[in-house]
Amino acid sequence: MLISIFKSSIGKKLLMALSGIFLVVFLTQHFLINITSVFSEEIFNFLSHFMGNNPIVQFVLQPILIFGVIFHFVMGFYLEIINRKSRGRGYTRYAGGQNASWISRNMIFSGGVVLLFLFLHFYDFWVPEMNYKYVEVLPIDPDRYYEELIHKFESPVRTSIYSVSFIFLALHLLHGFSSSFKTIGVNSKYYKLIKSFTFIFSIFIPLGFIFIAIFHNLMH
Amino acid sequence: MKLKLKIWRQENVDTKGGFTNYEIDDITPDMSFLEMLDVLNQRLINENIDPISFDHDCREGICGSCSLFINGRAHGPDKGITTCQLHMRKFKDGDSIVVEPFRAKSFPIIKDLVVDRSAFDRIQHSGGYISINTSGNTQDANTTPIRKEDADNAFDAATCIGCGACVATCKNASAMLYVSAKVSQFSYLPQGQVEAKERVLNMVKQMDEEGFGNCTNTGACEVECPKGISIKNIAKMNREFYKAKI
Repeated sequence: MLISIFKSSIGKKLLMALSGIFLVVFLTQHFLINITSVFSEEIFNFLSHFMGNNPIVQFVLQPILIFGVIFHFVMGFYLEIINRKSRGRGYTRYAGGQNASWISRNMIFSGGVVLLFLFLHFYDFWVPEMNYKYVEVLPIDPDRYYEELIHKFESPVRTSIYSVSFIFLALHLLHGFSSSFKTIGVNSKYYKLIKSFTFIFSIFIPLGFIFIAIFHNLMH
Repeated sequence: MKLKLKIWRQENVDTKGGFTNYEIDDITPDMSFLEMLDVLNQRLINENIDPISFDHDCREGICGSCSLFINGRAHGPDKGITTCQLHMRKFKDGDSIVVEPFRAKSFPIIKDLVVDRSAFDRIQHSGGYISINTSGNTQDANTTPIRKEDADNAFDAATCIGCGACVATCKNASAMLYVSAKVSQFSYLPQGQVEAKERVLNMVKQMDEEGFGNCTNTGACEVECPKGISIKNIAKMNREFYKAKI
């Protein structure tokens, strides 16, 4: 009975919402680790080494995270295709901006930009990390992470691409975060609180990531 | 007022439609949009041309019959109205107006601007009722106390006239505002609890079978709804759905 929820349109929305909230939790954790690089090379190296070598993080949480990312994107594109088919022939004139925000109407676009960014991000950090540990099996070095990070942000082009991508992430979160709670069924007095938290979170976290990227670009 | 009209014409469900341009004058700002179409149709009849088919009935904003997507918006450029409540004073002399039918795969075009909204009827038939026998044993309303807030929410949901503007305006052609209103109007009240589970499960199932899209919470539906049905009802329906499944 419970599994049959996910065969329905509401169930598919629920899966999008839950996977989105899961990614928001991961994003928060990722930010909290990255921001330490601004204040302390030692703390950043310590946390990165822990995350990169703890077997639970590596072999349990990491596969769950990768599955969550892939699932959220695949489901998003799948639902977009279904939704477009539901319209059939489109309108000749459609004044969507008169009754809904650009952000809410273009989640697939902002999500698509974030997906492209993730390819670059994986190429920059995840692929070399996997190569270091599991392909070339190089010796463990707990102090290499900070140097690798600042090396990446020496390039102003990469720093700019990261910054623009985070703006699209902010747009995606501005609608997606609070919307996911509505899908879960939250409709109480707490919803206003969720909306306010969504606004602060969606601006603060991406802005923080932009700050980290620009900080290392300017300081090194 | 003199206007340029670009109106969708389509012979029937099987033919491919297209836009036809018309110019019309002698329109006064006090006319309703439907009266303007009446004037155009009278001219077409006099010219022995097939008049434009469009839905209308009460012309008082009650029945939900009139549809039309006017200049990119369901029921035209105003909030909280049906097309029969749209007046020509909302347009300027010389304006170009594009008139299309409500477009959704679940609302096939019957002719010109008339669409088949019987998908809504089938959703309603699948669970939008209570089976309490009220003939001969009607209780006094005060014997079942209901919280004012619940009574208000149920009444607000019950004002849905099933016009389909929510589907027409939603970028996903989703019917969730309509279905959620029909679910909520009963789920807030004790009389609706008997069939609560079957109602929400059957109505959502029927909605999915009809091929409507998924809600992405853009909120466009509640803006265009002539009765101001809130998307809070969608969250309410989601909760009812999860409760029924679990």
